[in-house]
Amino acid sequence: MSFEPKIVGFLCNWCSYTGADLAGTARIKYSPNIRSIRVMCSGRIEPTFIMKALYEGADGVLIAGCHPGDCHYQEGNYKALRRYRMLKKVLPDYGIDPGRIRLEWVAASEGEKFANVVDDFTEEIRNLGPLGIKEGLDEMMKDDVIPHHASGGEKGGDDNEA
Amino acid sequence: MKYTYYPGCSVSATANLYQESIDSVLPGLGIELEELDDWNCCGATAYMSVRELLSFAISARNLALAEKYHRDMVTPCSACYLVLNKTNRYCEEYPDIRKKVGQALEAGGLNYSGNIKVRHLLDVVVNDVEKEKIAGTVKKDLSALKVAPYYGCQIVRPEIGLDDPDDPQIMDELIRSVGATCVDYSMKTKCCGASLMGTDEKKALHLCKEILADAERNEAHCIITVCPLCQMNLDIYQSKVNSLFGTKFRIPVIYFTQLIGLAQGKSMKELGLGRLGVKISGEMKKIIEGA
Amino acid sequence: MSVRIGVYLCHCGANIAGKVDIDAVADFARGLENVTLVKDYKFMCSDPGQALIQKDLENKLVDRVVVASCSPLMHENTFRKTVERGGLNPYLFTMTNIREQCSWVHIDSDRTTEKAKDLVAASVRRAFLLEPLTKKEVPINPRTLVIGGGIAGIQAALDLAEAGKEVVLVEKEPSIGGHMAKFDKTFPTLDCSACILTPRMVSVGQHSNIELMSYAEVEDVGGYVGNFNIRVRKKARYVDSELCNGCGACWSKCPSSRVPRKGNVHEKLSLGPTTSIYMPFMQAVPAIPVIDRDTCLYFKNDSGACGICAKECERGAIKYDMTDEIVEFEVGNIIIAAGFKTFDPAKVKRYGYGRFDNVMTALEFEVMNCASGSTGGNILMADGSEPKSIGIVHCVGSRDSHYNEHCSRVCCMYSLKYAHLIKEKTDAEVYQFYIDMRCFGKGYEEFYDRLLSEDVRFVRGKVAEISKVPVTETEEGKLVVSVEDTLLGTVRRIPLDMVVLSTGLEGSETLPEIAKLCSVSVGKDGFLIEKHPKLGPVSTATDGVFVVGGCQSPKDIPDTVAQASAASSAVLSMITREKIEIEAATSEVDEDKCSGCKLCNTLCPYQAVKFDEEKEVSVVNEALCKGCGTCVAGCPSGAISAKHYEDRQIFAEIEGIFSGGL
Repeated sequence: MSFEPKIVGFLCNWCSYTGADLAGTARIKYSPNIRSIRVMCSGRIEPTFIMKALYEGADGVLIAGCHPGDCHYQEGNYKALRRYRMLKKVLPDYGIDPGRIRLEWVAASEGEKFANVVDDFTEEIRNLGPLGIKEGLDEMMKDDVIPHHASGGEKGGDDNEA
Repeated sequence: MKYTYYPGCSVSATANLYQESIDSVLPGLGIELEELDDWNCCGATAYMSVRELLSFAISARNLALAEKYHRDMVTPCSACYLVLNKTNRYCEEYPDIRKKVGQALEAGGLNYSGNIKVRHLLDVVVNDVEKEKIAGTVKKDLSALKVAPYYGCQIVRPEIGLDDPDDPQIMDELIRSVGATCVDYSMKTKCCGASLMGTDEKKALHLCKEILADAERNEAHCIITVCPLCQMNLDIYQSKVNSLFGTKFRIPVIYFTQLIGLAQGKSMKELGLGRLGVKISGEMKKIIEGA
Repeated sequence: MSVRIGVYLCHCGANIAGKVDIDAVADFARGLENVTLVKDYKFMCSDPGQALIQKDLENKLVDRVVVASCSPLMHENTFRKTVERGGLNPYLFTMTNIREQCSWVHIDSDRTTEKAKDLVAASVRRAFLLEPLTKKEVPINPRTLVIGGGIAGIQAALDLAEAGKEVVLVEKEPSIGGHMAKFDKTFPTLDCSACILTPRMVSVGQHSNIELMSYAEVEDVGGYVGNFNIRVRKKARYVDSELCNGCGACWSKCPSSRVPRKGNVHEKLSLGPTTSIYMPFMQAVPAIPVIDRDTCLYFKNDSGACGICAKECERGAIKYDMTDEIVEFEVGNIIIAAGFKTFDPAKVKRYGYGRFDNVMTALEFEVMNCASGSTGGNILMADGSEPKSIGIVHCVGSRDSHYNEHCSRVCCMYSLKYAHLIKEKTDAEVYQFYIDMRCFGKGYEEFYDRLLSEDVRFVRGKVAEISKVPVTETEEGKLVVSVEDTLLGTVRRIPLDMVVLSTGLEGSETLPEIAKLCSVSVGKDGFLIEKHPKLGPVSTATDGVFVVGGCQSPKDIPDTVAQASAASSAVLSMITREKIEIEAATSEVDEDKCSGCKLCNTLCPYQAVKFDEEKEVSVVNEALCKGCGTCVAGCPSGAISAKHYEDRQIFAEIEGIFSGGL
């Protein structure tokens, strides 16, 4: 069986989550690899959320927010963009391919775009393989447990370090 | 400023007066041209409509050759400008074309990685040379000379983005910076008929007539062009226009580089102006000689 | 503390159950930690479905609720109320979207079921960590601010004032009336615009419940629903409104002009005096002139050389030393009626507007038709003669991907109106160049039919160019319209004396600024975004802020008036409630953790996070906080938490997704 990546999506409530809902209302089909978490604004998304998702076993993380200028909270998406760019730079230091995270602007009216983004990103992550493989972690940590698709970390983690 | 120069076929033959004026005027503006070694015909607009892929391949050969110079490539001809830019754009946007063109180039031991920016000579003169510098070389007062800028249909197509397709201004600007008076008229971007002159002369002459008539109606002393084919149609065929439509146009059609040369006080001979179809005479001659 | 989570799975008929194996998900959910009860039902949102949940709560079987059904955007509120009725804090409930983002969008049944399991597990983990929240109530100030004094703002203000509520109407121009005041006739009934508008304008001016601030602009909006703090700049008119009686002595003697003195007929088009001290039009409300500082000789000379108007004014109302005045006040709700502007056709260079005489905009033509205008309502060419032929070009700047994609809705109809007026007033031939005739309103199609029999030429096709290049003798000296007649299937050149460009409608210049002040978004089309295009057409994403008229989308007068009344009724229902609940899911600062770096103060778009100088920590004003969480993500000390979206809650969701049912 081919590798089916697991992708976590963080969607802002006003544009992207609504856009994803629209894909549903319009019955547009896309790959079932994504599991979305709703936040009020992409500005709420902390880099630690993404790190946590990767740590728990996500092979890719999608962040989606309102188009620039359309943010329901005026400029939360700009903050998200900054944090995303910062994280892109930092990820290689953790031995993680920066291609595993992606930021997209999806408007409430862009159901089709959301579906396309998910399909496209799923395909990209499929090509990258499971987290750790592309990064060469399997070789490095042959004897260690790679926390892939397995529960890791403390339950109900109270780790609030930002 | 140094550029790779792609002259195209016309300026080395029928339009050699264009080349003469280029040679005479550009050094004074600080523009240095180095001719592309071993260049070939771009295929012109005619070939493009017959064998598109071959046309891309032969013009891509020029682009591939130009890459070793690591500079923008400049052409004085609107058709070359259009075709080379189109080749660039299609190779970039369509992987399929890029692949086939690549194979053709490879057969000739060449490779094109897509890094050559093709520019029209007008673009370089107006946008790379400071206006003050051009104005500084002006020796003659041409303020009484009313010049109609004729852009033709090729250099301001929307996909190239050189200027506003409906109402371009860069040649207008140039006319003003050499101190002449710019004539605003409606036909400045309308087609002159181009190679239609060879196949359906009557229709092409009609198109030329409209351009000439609008320039005359707006009291232009002369028309300036940026393209050898436009110049030929409007100039050489002007007498045919007159005999077919009973008009009495006597409007000299000169290259923009010749206008710069005139403003710089260069002689008519030096600029190749003696070999025009419609000779410079009457009021225009007075203005040039008097200034 | 033991937590008892109830999971309620909805079949949604076959919408969910047709793709997701509900039994498998239910079995899976039963195995999840802290889940004490799992139920499924055909339609969970139906009354019996809700009763199921309510009863379990009343029987104290569960103390956390997870509903896996449609999108929370659809039914979160429904179930929050259900949970509340069952006696549980509504924030101890969470929803799992297994329809819009699961059963409806995937093909493979097994994998869709797997996804549904993961999502339910995530919600269960989240539910475990939910905290009860209390909604807060704030009082609503019964005063309302209306921004914009066109017909939209006038209607909204009058509705509210008639209901006995106070209104502050702010208009940036010297007079209210907006675009409608510039119209001669209104389509399709052809009743006189001034006749129907003027009485309303007068009512606004006289109403004891309306405070009119004309020639004024809103500079700042603070606060939140029910309690907005407004700052308005009243621009200096240089005329004392208390003393002026609008007699007109000032402008009748004013030696300077706002328009080119020797300008042609079209350049001088105006409804009021063209002098530097002027009234925009004779029925202006308030009927007080203003001085145009840019052209006034007194201000231009700086030496106070002129001063004629001051000498002429018997009441001494001219005050050259007047300065802008700032006023501050509070309101409970805001209605934005900021109107539209017309497209600038000079952008379409091939139509020659600004280059050719006798190519004019619809609004200029409108003013020319006005009986009280500078031509006395006569249709004249720039040189003062009467045109023999007029073309009307539709969709200029509308339905055009280069400029605006939207249809401006009113142009077809006003173009027909022009054709009728031209036929009535002149002997000119009239051409309509249209893409489609869109005559959708009451009596509109009938009006179109009527015009078809009034000898008006309709040419279906988009005009390519308007030029002055004659090809034949009949084209000499004329404007030549080149157009593809798509019904004849040929390109036509039509020589005309005059061309009217039916310019489309765009959001006004000041709209982005007003939108920003009121925290409302501007859409791609340049108009304000309403809360819901169908079901929330006048409210916005910001509570207490409403949009009406041309600033929300292009619309005609009937629709504008209807929308204005809708907004005033929405405001009235807010005011009548007297109190309003505000968002409970706000941010909160842990004072012990806060280092006082103030980073969050700058991140907040609502100025809700302020620094407490005494305690040296940042504090969130819950009434202002909209709960976006940007400050939470930005806090370097982890001192701010977002209620209902806490880090640990989101982490739990992530863990749930990967828990594989553990």
